[in-house]
Amino acid sequence: MSPIVSVTNLSKIYANGYHALKDVSLDIAQGEILALLGPNGAGKTTLISIICGLVNASEGSVTVGGHDIVSDYRVTRSLIGLVPQELTLGHFETVWNTLGFSRGLFGKKPDPAYLEQLLKDLSLWAKKDSEIMSLSGGMKRRVLIGKALSHQPSVLFLDEPTAGVDVELRKEMWMLVRRLRESGVTIILTTHYIEEAEEIADRVGIIDQGRLILVDDKQALMHKLGKKEMIVELEEPVSGVPEALTAWSLALSEDGCRLIYTYDPRQQRTGIPDLLKAIGGAGLALKDFKTTQSSLEDIFVNLVKGK
Amino acid sequence: MINTCAVRVIYKYEMLRAWETLLQSFASPVISTSLYFVVFGSAIGGRIDQVEGVSYGSFIVPGLMMLALLTQSISNAAFGIFFPKFTGTIYEVMSAPVSFFEILLGYVGAAATKSLIIGLIILATAGFFVPLDIAHPVWMTAFLILTCVSFSLFGFIIGLWAEDFEKLQLIPLLVITPLVFLGGSFYSVSMLPPAWQTVTLFNPVVYLISGFRWSFFEVSDVSVGLSLAIVLMFLTTCLMVVWWMFRTGYRLRQ
Ligand SMILES: Nc1ncnc2c1ncn2[C@@H]1O[C@H](COP(=O)(O)OP(=O)(O)OP(=O)(O)O)[C@@H](O)[C@H]1O
Ligand SMILES: [Mg+2]
Repeated sequence: MSPIVSVTNLSKIYANGYHALKDVSLDIAQGEILALLGPNGAGKTTLISIICGLVNASEGSVTVGGHDIVSDYRVTRSLIGLVPQELTLGHFETVWNTLGFSRGLFGKKPDPAYLEQLLKDLSLWAKKDSEIMSLSGGMKRRVLIGKALSHQPSVLFLDEPTAGVDVELRKEMWMLVRRLRESGVTIILTTHYIEEAEEIADRVGIIDQGRLILVDDKQALMHKLGKKEMIVELEEPVSGVPEALTAWSLALSEDGCRLIYTYDPRQQRTGIPDLLKAIGGAGLALKDFKTTQSSLEDIFVNLVKGK
Repeated sequence: MINTCAVRVIYKYEMLRAWETLLQSFASPVISTSLYFVVFGSAIGGRIDQVEGVSYGSFIVPGLMMLALLTQSISNAAFGIFFPKFTGTIYEVMSAPVSFFEILLGYVGAAATKSLIIGLIILATAGFFVPLDIAHPVWMTAFLILTCVSFSLFGFIIGLWAEDFEKLQLIPLLVITPLVFLGGSFYSVSMLPPAWQTVTLFNPVVYLISGFRWSFFEVSDVSVGLSLAIVLMFLTTCLMVVWWMFRTGYRLRQ
């Protein structure tokens, strides 16, 4: 199936000369959840803003649903819903009016029944006649989501949907995102929270300094880059790694009670059976051992900081 | 194909905003006009008999209306686009499937409607103070609408251009108010010394007020055709500037 969003060789140089995006290419499949990860100033918002029509690209092109975002902006923009990073809302409007405004703006006839259901899904129905000014930050965030969904888009961009949102609400947000995906909406979200990407994304893209350094299936990514660690707990602490075990380049915990072996799970021979044998051979008593898979966070840190 | 839904909601919400601040939007022009009539019409007008065959009270009506129309059109339209730009809510309009023409239609249409309503309210208020015979109602309406539309456009340009509140008020305060006051709102240009008469002819507002006054009393400082030409020229210039702004994404799209 052809991608719902296709970004080709996209670059952006702002008026002040800042090179915010550098030759980014990316295909987004219909119905997937893509998480864009990256440190502050990486270019995530810039990328989203170009696709949504808020910022002009300097080079490259973008299609949404097969249509060019510049020459066919009416088609592409009506397919897209955008929840911006900042809480940008009018103050004196009511929740109900602002949703009606958004829907109309996107050229859709009023549909009170749909908007009612939407507000109920967002737990905002009780607030429908409240002025936005009187809502809490979390509620405002949901109003923004409501506005973005008011015209029934097929692609939803969420720019840091859970920034400054408490744990409870974040979980709710994740549920909402999953429900939307089930209804066929493609979702692109940016986040600083790696556990968020790990929790809900199908694919993860990592942006750093304007470059898309990696996009991959979440599982594949963890598999490809994820090192595994085996931690061996000893009955008695040791003062150093025994000579006999140097081949495994082990690390020793500070208290001397744990040996840490890092290995690549994709290798045919992980060396674990030999290591265990050698530990016994060195006269160390083994109390317990466990293996851990590195998280996206570790991968991320390695990619961005350690390169 | 034009996104009529979008034009309608922009227009509707702009009008709604005026409605919610009804007192400020519509009552304040009525009050200030009444004050002008008390001060200029009664206090001063009592000592000036007639200007070019028209009683002074009546004579100042077209000028007063223009004063209100110009300032209201500009401030309504400028604020209408400046505010969403300032708060960031403009992102929604910019990411919606609307053309610049539709945005213009919504915002400028609403601003022009508001000042048209204000103009009519002032006219009605004036009717309480002085007798009003409008010689050419059709021309009067035409001038009224043309003025509302072109100065709302001008206000829209200012609203797009302004980056802060100070700039937003700069042009209305420093340019428009003096031009209107010196544009013959309260006097006939022929009452000025000859040298000043010449200077005055460089003030575009003179042509506006003169043409508008002609549609009331058939007296004018300059010919009506010239007045009309100047207004149309101003309108065209504004349209061209807006067109350029939109084409380049000026202050809206980086
Ligand atoms: N209008 C602008 N003019 C000039 N530079 C800009 C502009 N907008 C953004 N930038 C710069 O472009 C870079 C990318 O910004 P962007 O907002 O896309 O980052 P981001 O990945 O969304 O960051 P964050 O996680 O903090 O939201 C930053 O260095 C920023 O300073
Ligand atoms: Mg951002």
